[in-house]
Amino acid sequence: MRAGEELPVLEVPVTRTLIVAGAIASRDYQDVHHDAELAKAKGSPDIFMNILTTNGLVGRYITDHFGPTANLRKVAIRLGAPNYPGDTMVLSGTVEKVDTGPEGDTATVKVIGANGIGRHVTGTVTVTLPAGGAA
Amino acid sequence: MNAVRDIAYEELKAFEGRAAAEAGLGKDPVNAPMIRHWCEAMGDTNPAYAGADPVAPPTMLQAWTMGGLSGHQGRSEAYDDLFALLDGAGYTAVVATDCEQEYVRELRPGDEITFDAVIESVSERKTTKLGAGHFVTTRMDVRAGGEPAGTHRFRILKYAPVRRTPKGERPRPVINRDNAGFWEGVAAHRLLIQRCDGCGGLRFPWLPGCNACGSPEWDTVEASGEGTVFSYVVMHHPPFPAFDPPYAVGLVELAEGVRIVSNIIGVPHDKVRIGMPVRLVFQRVAEEWELPLFRALGDGAGGEV
Ligand SMILES: [Zn+2]
Repeated sequence: MRAGEELPVLEVPVTRTLIVAGAIASRDYQDVHHDAELAKAKGSPDIFMNILTTNGLVGRYITDHFGPTANLRKVAIRLGAPNYPGDTMVLSGTVEKVDTGPEGDTATVKVIGANGIGRHVTGTVTVTLPAGGAA
Repeated sequence: MNAVRDIAYEELKAFEGRAAAEAGLGKDPVNAPMIRHWCEAMGDTNPAYAGADPVAPPTMLQAWTMGGLSGHQGRSEAYDDLFALLDGAGYTAVVATDCEQEYVRELRPGDEITFDAVIESVSERKTTKLGAGHFVTTRMDVRAGGEPAGTHRFRILKYAPVRRTPKGERPRPVINRDNAGFWEGVAAHRLLIQRCDGCGGLRFPWLPGCNACGSPEWDTVEASGEGTVFSYVVMHHPPFPAFDPPYAVGLVELAEGVRIVSNIIGVPHDKVRIGMPVRLVFQRVAEEWELPLFRALGDGAGGEV
């Protein structure tokens, strides 16, 4: 792990099932995340992914790459273009810096999730790999 | 929709520092079934979240505090008053824009979740693509068994939705005997290129005969989907109801060598460049048909918010 390292991209098909399953798994029952008719009545073209699901996917992207011993310390995300059904979100990441401390190496990773209409999410994740751990 | 009225900023500012939630109690202690449902939804196969002694994915932090269908507990009067004030002024819609979480300790099944939250800031009136509104930032301290487990800062936009004029329908392709196979391919998510039986040359767009050797016999090959921008224009004018200018129209050279005109997406219109690698995607543009578009890859990709 070193500054400048690019993580392999993760393509996430934004299915209707993912949007609804993510909303319910995060206990978010806002109608815009499961009811297309009510979403349209509110001016949205369709249902869209909730922020908790995006947050979960960003966390998964990082731990998929750094392995199960990786400790997420901070996840900070900002949403832009919504994730609507039928789109694909491509997550990419770049290690911005690595600090070595008693707990292991702590990396700051910049994450971007782009979909067909723009940038869905930009974020920064801080993750610690215990000393002697993987990657 | 009610007419939108301005709220004196001092009136909103007065909410800063007031409690958004007091002595909130998670509806369920941290538990393995909710962890499993989360991991199934996210496609997260991290073994640390499974098995006999799982930890919860840290990004579930907020999920443990959610009210669910039966509503929130512990939400403060100040928070309700702020929402009522914004709703009453016409800022009726809400969208989450930011989430910043810091994790202090792991959460495991059995941990009882409690939380307090404070209204950190209310912004001045901002104009956004969605409509004008105010950003409200709250900060929540989450505890497990009374010990700090993490902090969760959350920003939402309370806004008055912009009334959008109905968009026109995208022009429909003219499908005839000579190109029907191409559109059947698109419907099946395959970008098909014609290959001449006479000389073996690839051609696109579809034609009834070969423009090199004249042979009317052909079959098809499926494009890999990889390509590069050979040339492009950015459309500003004339406007057409189905399109939202400015947008980039590219001439994409496919890996197979033929070129196709399509939209370049996933990148701001002014960041499209000749030579930029792109990849084929199929996007539904109407109830019953899709189009092959090209998503920018690599540096500069991402797009506008
Ligand atoms: Zn030929």
